[in-house]
Amino acid sequence: METLFFLIVAAIAVICSLMVVTNKNPINSALSLIMTFFCLATLYVMLEAPFMAAIQVIVYAGAIMVLIVFVIMLLNIKSEAGRRTSHALFMGISVGLLLLVQTWYLLVKSSLSSVRGTVDSAMISKVGHTELIGKSLFTDFLLPFEITSILLLVAIVGAVVLSKKKL
Amino acid sequence: MDTIAIPAINLAVIAPEVVLSVVAMALLLINVFVKSEQKGYLGYLSIAGILGTLLMLIPAWGSSVEGFSGTIIQDNFAIFFKVIFLISAAMSILITDKYLEREGCNQGEIYPLILFATVGMMLMASGTDLMTIFLGLEVLSVSLYVLAGFNRNNIKSNEAGLKYFLLGAFSTGFLLYGMALTYGATGTTKIAKIASYIAMNGVSSSNLMLVAGMILMSTGFAFKVAAAPFHMWTPDVYEGAPTPMTAFMSVGPKAAGFAAFARVLLVALPALKPEWSSLLWVLAVLTMTVGNITALYQQNIKRMLAYSSIAHAGYILVGFTAGNAVGTAGILFYMLSYAFMNIGAFAIIILVGKKGEENSNVSDYAGFGYRHPVLGIAFCIFLFSLAGIPPAAGFIGKFYLFSGAIQAGYIWLAVIGVLNSAASVYYYLRVMVFMYFKEPTEDFEWVKLTPAFVLCLLIAVIGVLVPGVLPGLFLELAQKAVLM
Amino acid sequence: MAGAYLPIILLLAIAVCFGLGSLVFSSLIGQKKLSAVKLQPYECGCEPVGSAQERFSIKFYLIAMLFILFDIECVFLYPWAVLFKRLGVFGIMEMGAFMLILFVGYIYIWKKGALEWE
Repeated sequence: METLFFLIVAAIAVICSLMVVTNKNPINSALSLIMTFFCLATLYVMLEAPFMAAIQVIVYAGAIMVLIVFVIMLLNIKSEAGRRTSHALFMGISVGLLLLVQTWYLLVKSSLSSVRGTVDSAMISKVGHTELIGKSLFTDFLLPFEITSILLLVAIVGAVVLSKKKL
Repeated sequence: MDTIAIPAINLAVIAPEVVLSVVAMALLLINVFVKSEQKGYLGYLSIAGILGTLLMLIPAWGSSVEGFSGTIIQDNFAIFFKVIFLISAAMSILITDKYLEREGCNQGEIYPLILFATVGMMLMASGTDLMTIFLGLEVLSVSLYVLAGFNRNNIKSNEAGLKYFLLGAFSTGFLLYGMALTYGATGTTKIAKIASYIAMNGVSSSNLMLVAGMILMSTGFAFKVAAAPFHMWTPDVYEGAPTPMTAFMSVGPKAAGFAAFARVLLVALPALKPEWSSLLWVLAVLTMTVGNITALYQQNIKRMLAYSSIAHAGYILVGFTAGNAVGTAGILFYMLSYAFMNIGAFAIIILVGKKGEENSNVSDYAGFGYRHPVLGIAFCIFLFSLAGIPPAAGFIGKFYLFSGAIQAGYIWLAVIGVLNSAASVYYYLRVMVFMYFKEPTEDFEWVKLTPAFVLCLLIAVIGVLVPGVLPGLFLELAQKAVLM
Repeated sequence: MAGAYLPIILLLAIAVCFGLGSLVFSSLIGQKKLSAVKLQPYECGCEPVGSAQERFSIKFYLIAMLFILFDIECVFLYPWAVLFKRLGVFGIMEMGAFMLILFVGYIYIWKKGALEWE
């Protein structure tokens, strides 16, 4: 049941992301991207990371997509400006294949030993995913959390400095 | 409902960063609340903030304090690099005001942005957690993207900002993926714990997840320090960015990249030393050779210095490949002297430029040495130091980098380094030939020194000559600051 | 586990059914008398002028950018709100520092006039 559900969601995600790059109309690409983000959110839910799923929808499917659509409208691209050259296509395919072979080699030939963490599904259902993230964010990773606010402040200043009409 | 225990925080560790951020935020608000066409006073206020931060750092020398559950450390290594960042930020600020006024983009935001970039660099140098290093890098990078595109009316500056942003964001992806794989292989993002996990569980190069993490992180850092083959962005960005910002980003961020790179490789992954030193060997040779050979053909002096800065990243990678105490001390010493000589050279380039006309072709310097003898001599000192000719500091730095490589058994690497260094003399001398042996086509009457420029050039000349003539004290400091 | 998501799935199902249903029903039972005037884009009764696909002003971009940044700030508030009681005074101080730094940015954009439609 769960595997079937995963396969359906994964297939939709792959098809939608293919549509993002193959669609001629950029607005349609953007809409396919939203669908891909929703599929990713569903995958997060299946990985028992509901907080991540919520963030994926709030930040990516919500805010970032608005920005992407605005940028498309700002540039006013009607449809694909120029056709891709066969040269770029050839390079893209060969690099992609190389990456695929590398990944396959990595998965087959080596010991991908990793560490099993302390958080399991029993703990998530008992404590809650958001609580777990919050606990490490506000204790162990307190400093990175505070640096984030500086980063956001710099981004605010940068957005105003670069794109405000009259300074 | 149980309360969550308050983690051990140690505010003293981040006090310099906090002070500098508060100064930057205050300047941001002063800039919008005080309506004044003159923005230069903001520069002096930020220099005051930088001096205050420096005064806080000096008493901390010699101690090693951790804080915030081991996500940050204040040790000699971090303090040495922070001093480099603060000096280069202060020197860049000194030469910013006049340039911005001339180019007509006199916005006060540039000073807070420089300070925020410095905060990011400081966090990178003292971060002992991959998350701290990453966020420090992001604070630095976002500020730099804006600074590169700061001259909004100049199309080249726009191009520089956009190119730097696109490629920088792409390389950040590599870095982050590497960090994620390292976390997956060791179960922690804390640098000390990564090392102890590897040592205890006998994880080695057979674990490809860890190796892939190391390679991807190295790719990300190699981009940030502009090492070949990840150097493509450098010439365009350095040429298009406002010149004071080029001076700033060719020194501070490079040093910050090396600081974080060194801490990750030397402290977290010493177990993979055979792997990363062979990787760095190739990077060092490529970076030196590509940088120097391409610099030979450049007509634009900003582009030439961009390629020369790539080559200098290569020399530093030579010391890094060695991975021993001599090489690491060489990196520290070299970064310090590089800050002075490079910012000094860019200060002269700003003086020679006019509004709209940067006059940055090598041929524009014809006869400059006769029209302005003092500036000519200063420029020669910086170029000699960049070329690594004694008694300038650049020579001593290169000497230590290469002797570190020889001690570690990398004879060929040192030989390639020396050959490259010899080739680089050509393009530095070429500028001097134009300055002294060509008929002047211009009278350079627009070149006017302001007190801020005099101060910056004075600091730069002293910073190049004193460590060059009396290297003992500075080398001793650098040796005390190495990570081993 | 799956039961927790039942309301969301129900909501999605109802939304899809409502959207599809309105389209299907209006095409099935609605009258179709098409004319040139009826097929014009509806602009409050005015005659449409020019194409609807005009270039957007960069002002929208700035607003969207600022929206994202403050949206990300809000993201950090969720785990904090969940742990609010357990973190106690220390939690208020942590979030206070975070919000204070972003408040500086808010004052900056306000005084700079970035929120005004110039």
